[in-house]
Formats: sequence, structure tokens, C-alpha cells
Amino acid sequence: MSRVIDVIKNPLAVALALIVALLLLGNALSPGFASGQQILRLLIVAALLGIVAAGQNLVILGGREGIDLSVGGVVSLSAIVAGNAMNGMDGGIPLAILACIATGALFGLLNGLGVTLLRIPPLVMTLGMLGVLQGLLVVVRQGIPSGRAAPALSEFVTRPFLFGLPGILWLWVAIGLLMAFILSRTVFGHRIYAIGSNEQAAFMAGVPVRRMRVLLFMLSGVFSAIAGLCLLGYSGSSFANVGEQYMLPSIIAVVLGGTPLAGGKGGYTGTMAGAVLLVILQSILTTINIEESGRQMVFGATLLVLMLFYGRGRGLRA
Amino acid sequence: MANASPVTMGNQSRFGALLGRFPFLPALIILIVLLVLNGLFEPNSLSFRSLTGLVRTYMALMLLAVAQTYVVYAADIDLSVGAIASLVNVTIIVLMQHLGGGGLSVMAALGVGVLVGLACGLVNGLVVAALRLQAIVATFATSIFFTGLALTILPVAGMPAPAAFWRTYGGSFLGIPFVFYCAAGLAILLYLLARSRLATQLLAVGDGQQAAFQSGLPVTAIRIGGYALCGVFAALAAFCITGDTASGDPLVGAKMTLFSVAAVVLGGSALSGGFGTVVGSVIAALIIGLINALVFFAGTPSHWQNFVQGLAILAALMVGILVSRRGRR
Repeated sequence: MSRVIDVIKNPLAVALALIVALLLLGNALSPGFASGQQILRLLIVAALLGIVAAGQNLVILGGREGIDLSVGGVVSLSAIVAGNAMNGMDGGIPLAILACIATGALFGLLNGLGVTLLRIPPLVMTLGMLGVLQGLLVVVRQGIPSGRAAPALSEFVTRPFLFGLPGILWLWVAIGLLMAFILSRTVFGHRIYAIGSNEQAAFMAGVPVRRMRVLLFMLSGVFSAIAGLCLLGYSGSSFANVGEQYMLPSIIAVVLGGTPLAGGKGGYTGTMAGAVLLVILQSILTTINIEESGRQMVFGATLLVLMLFYGRGRGLRA
Repeated sequence: MANASPVTMGNQSRFGALLGRFPFLPALIILIVLLVLNGLFEPNSLSFRSLTGLVRTYMALMLLAVAQTYVVYAADIDLSVGAIASLVNVTIIVLMQHLGGGGLSVMAALGVGVLVGLACGLVNGLVVAALRLQAIVATFATSIFFTGLALTILPVAGMPAPAAFWRTYGGSFLGIPFVFYCAAGLAILLYLLARSRLATQLLAVGDGQQAAFQSGLPVTAIRIGGYALCGVFAALAAFCITGDTASGDPLVGAKMTLFSVAAVVLGGSALSGGFGTVVGSVIAALIIGLINALVFFAGTPSHWQNFVQGLAILAALMVGILVSRRGRR
């Protein structure tokens, strides 16, 4: 009996069960929903969200109300940066990758410095940064054309690459393995949990708390930038505020994956499942033939129900 | 805090005491500086007429910031205030249309609007406090739901408000612009609420939920009360939005949610709860308005305006937080 409860309480198991259930439901509602091609398409969209959520997950794991609201801005900006660096030519891809990573790292660094040196709460710091990024997007779009994706990049995101899966899915799997390795096998990973669960104790134990936190925000920026690059490949050209749709969903994917916003526990595997879950849910809602308004209401209500499965806080006891 | 820098007390303690009593002081100073700067760049911007316009436009944000403050008192957050405002906006617009647009129908619609705001607040409260979901993600989910409702009521923006409504909001009464009556009413309301039991209890819960619970406070009920109050103020904000834009728009409030959070922080309240000031939030909403005006008056090229606004708001947030923390030591 207790083992059954353990499974029910395991966010990953719940998310996987829900994914299967939703796929079955989707297929019942519109036959062909769970076909191989469709699932592949869903996974590509989920990979984009999942890569953003990787950085979000790290920042949240690090605790002290860690959260990054600027991810959407970084995604949009790096899509534009990448588009201009490559401008439709394969030869520009290495430069585009470098430029993207530099962009993400820069804004992550600024967030991290604000949070550690000035001790601004992460929510406020990254919210302010989001405003700056959105302004910057307007400036950048005024001065330069939006740029196009190189054919090789589009192929990487949308065409089969190895064993019938496109490159972006392999990239996502690689990121997943890397995250799992870092979080469970390296000193760096253990320190993330340490500062997330008790910053004071971690500091006393000699963990360079500030440097860690800056690094986490930089990683979040870099992951968002990589997602922006892939998003450019997915859509062919960048358009205004493409990244905005990732801000809160990336947080929800983390929460649905079993990492509480308080940080200190959880992991990325659950987050990946959370991202897939969110994307399937949205996709089902678009296949059902209802008005946009009804779709949003069902989506909001379903999210609440999903959160009830886990991610609930502890009750107060006397 | 692990890596706190050494605290220098001494001549700062008087400033600290002052800040403890008036936590909105940094915001007030920023406000005055901005007013002076606005006056330097465009003397006309300090005229009675333009200041009235400023208050009229940013009254909604002031009310949303106040709404957010009561939730933040208890260390919660509400990312659905904008969606609630949108929902109330379309509700009252559609009701006023249906009831004919006369004075009585306007009053009836406003009454319903307050109830809708209250209901949304109660839903948030139940979800966050009773079901114990995490406030940030849970209120984001409810905001999607509320937006869906708003879209059901009015699928596309554009239905006009009856003239009686926006003429009153934009007009004058006994020579004084109507918005100043609103502001006076708000001031009285905030004064009464500041002395209310709920405000004190919210602060107590924000200071330490466990402690509040152990000293016998009904923590869950208090947090629900905070969200309910937030919903009502969001509804009031919606009235001002409706008066200002004179039309219904199911997405009108979405962009204001994050500004309301920024205003709360800028005003000197702590997001970690237990310490806050509604006056600061009101001032901060005006600061955001003045920053936008200043960027315009300073002759910033149009496509740079958003960027400069973003930078200025970020800078103001930093200054506000750094100064008010120094005071609270």
C-alpha cells in the first residue's frame, strides 16, 4: 500500500501517467492525434519549452525565491541576434551560436549580479530586466531586419536527423542527461541543492553562494538563448516577442515536474515531463472545436487541477 | 542572510527611524525628483491640466497596485489582477449596454462589477490559501481562466461605454475634476482599511504564518480575505480603466499585472510579506506614470522610449529597494 502511495506522490510518475492519458484522450477526440508524426511535432514544441525550463529549473532549485521572469525576453532577443548573425546562410551558424550564448550569458550575469550584489529579490530583478529587454527588442527591430534562419538550422529543428528524430530532440535528451548528471553526480549540483534548502548552512560549509547564484542565472540566460536559436529554426524567421509565451509556462513546467518554487528539491526529469504535459494539453485544446474563450477557461482550470496532484504546500500545524 | 555586508549604524539610525515610520519616503523622494525633472523638460507638464490627465490615466494602476499590496502584506502574490480588471471591464460595459446606459443602469453595472471582482478574489483565495497551491503559478492559472471568461462575455475589443459614464469620469464637478473626488475617496478608504483588523492580520500572517497560526489567527481565512480585498480593488481599477478608455477590451488589464507588482516593490513593501505600505504603492504607480511622461518629454526617439522606460523603472526599483532596506536595519 505504501508503495502505491509512493508512486502516486512521485511527480514524474504522475506526469507520465497524465501524458499517456491525455494522448489517449486526444486520439479519442480526434483520431490521428497520437500518430507518430503528431507526437514528433508535439515533442519539438515541448523541447523548445523544456530547454527554457531547464534554466528556470536551475534558478528555482537554487532557492531564496529564485525565479527568472526575463527568460521570454532573452528568447526573443537571441532569436533576433541569431537571425541577423546567420541571415539565412549556413556559414553564419557558428557565429550565431556564439552570439546567442553571449547574449544569454550577459543578461543572466546582470540578473545574477542584481540578485547577489544588490540583493534585489529575483522576482523584481528579472521583472525589471524583462522590461529592459522588451524595450531593447523595440530598438533592435527598428534598426535592423529580423533576419532569417539558415537552412541547416531549420533542418536541425524540423527534419529527422538520427533514428527518425530531429536534432533538437537529441539536443533536448542531451540537455536532460547533462542536467541529471550535474544535479546528481557533481559537486556543483549538490551545492545547488545545498544553497536551495539552506543558504546559511551552505555558506558556513564553504559554498561560494554568491558565485553559485550568479552562475545559475547565467545558465538560465544561456538556456533561454539556445531555445531562442532553436525557435528561430522552428519558425524560419523571428518576429516580435516570440519568447513572451515562455515566461510563465516555463515556471509551470517546473512546478508540474515536482520542483517546488521554494527550491532545494526536485530535478529536471520531472520538468521535461511537465513541459510535454503542458504542450499536449494545449494541443488537445486546439484540436477540440471550441471557441478561444472556452479553450482558455478549460486550460486554466486544468492547470489548477494538475497542480492539485502535487506542488501543494504543507498545512499549518499547531 | 549568509553574505550580508557589515551594517553601519550611527547617523543612519535617524533616517532609519524616519523610514520605519514612513516606509514610502524613498518613493516620495523619487516622485518629487521626477516631478521636478518633468517640469524642467516641459514646464507645461506641471500644469493643473496635465497633472489631472496623469492622475486620470494612472488611477487604474494606483488601484491595481493597492490591490496587489494587500496580497503582498501576507507574503502572497496575485498575477491575476490584470485579468480580473479585464473581466470586470467587459462585464460592466456589456451590462451598461444591455440596461440602456442611463444613470441607474451604470450604478447597477458597477455594483455587479464589484461583486465579480470579489468573486474572482475569493476564487484566488480558495485556490492559494485553502487548497495550498503556490501563489505565483496558481494565480497565473486563474488569470487564464478569468481571461477566458472575459473573452466569452466580449470576444473582441471595441464595445463603447455609455457617454454618461466616461463623461462623468473625465469631467468636473463643482469645478474640481472628478478623478480628484476618486482620489479623495481612495484616500479615505485606504485610511479606514489601514486601521482595519484585516490589514493588521494580513501583516501578521506575512510576518510569520506559523507564528500567526500558533497565536490563534485563522490564517487561511485571513489570506482569503486578502485576495478578496485584492479582487474588489481590481474591480475599482477596472472602473477607472473603463472611464479612461470608454470602451470594453477583454485583454486590457493583462499588461498591468507586472506593473502592479513593480509598483508594490517600488513603494517600499517587502515581497516577503509582513511589511508594507499602500501609500507607497500609490506613489509608485504615479512614479511609473511620470517615468513614461518624462521619457516622452525628454525627446527620446520613439523607438528608444520603451527601452529607456524599462531602464528607468529597473533603476528606480533598485534605488527603492536599497534605500528602504538600509532604513529597516
